[in-house]
Amino acid sequence: MMEFLRMGGYGAYVWSAYGITLMVLIINIWWTYRFYKKSREALGGILGNFSKHQPTVRKIS
Amino acid sequence: MYLRWFHKLSSPPYFYRLASILSPWLSGLSIALIAAGTYGGLVLAPPDYLQGDGFRMIYVHVPSAYLGMMAYVVMAMAAAVGFIWRIKLAHAVAVSAAPLGASFTLLGLVTGAIWGKPMWGTFWQWSDARLVFFLMLFFLYMGYLALRGVTEDRDKADRLSAVLAVVGVINIPIIHYSVEWWTTLHQGPTITRLDGPSITMDMLVPLLVMIAGFSFFFVWLLFVRLRGEILVREQKSRWAQELMQRSRV
Repeated sequence: MMEFLRMGGYGAYVWSAYGITLMVLIINIWWTYRFYKKSREALGGILGNFSKHQPTVRKIS
Repeated sequence: MYLRWFHKLSSPPYFYRLASILSPWLSGLSIALIAAGTYGGLVLAPPDYLQGDGFRMIYVHVPSAYLGMMAYVVMAMAAAVGFIWRIKLAHAVAVSAAPLGASFTLLGLVTGAIWGKPMWGTFWQWSDARLVFFLMLFFLYMGYLALRGVTEDRDKADRLSAVLAVVGVINIPIIHYSVEWWTTLHQGPTITRLDGPSITMDMLVPLLVMIAGFSFFFVWLLFVRLRGEILVREQKSRWAQELMQRSRV
């Protein structure tokens, strides 16, 4: 196991390269889904405002 | 027949639905391939006779650098289609490819620097053509995104940035052939050689698996981002509003 982590003396380089790659993959997933969610929410907001301006029937008491 | 299919594909509501169906499959496939490629690269592949275990950085460096370039080609082609035929969806594809491509280009630069330190004795070399032209690719992405950022009108931003993307595509073959045209620290091509790849099968297979995994990863996130982009661009159209109304009940 230690032998595997040492990577023949290149451990620090190999693991940091793999670590940064994993980080970039995860950030990309998070980023992309956040953009998608925000776009949906923005559209929902527009529709919400739109329905607020619809004429409503008030009950006359 | 192909024309009809293409026409259907370029319709935003159709593509939106297609992308939602494909996304879970693409995500599963890309994660499985990347996991398998990582295992193959770190465990199964034998150490290099010259670089020992240090060569294993190839399995993250080459796929990310390749993806940085592939995403640019996708972006430039989509931008050209959008510019020439005025297809709205094509511009949306170009915009969605840019941030993904930029992040992988940066990753290619960083992993390359980390690999360069122990093997070449330096993180960076300004006189190396491959390195400098690849840095230029990153600046092209940044320029593209900045140009879009400062242009208020979306149609104008689409057309202006399309010109930049298409002109910049000349950089891609320059990057590819830079290691043959100039003497560089960077090694020559390993896979795309006339006499076949100069790498043994047990080292090559994990690399190809990793490249496939990164490619599916790109298509997956491109589709998700595109769905968001389509919703923003189509917010006034009936289908998008109906879709949102249906999903809210």
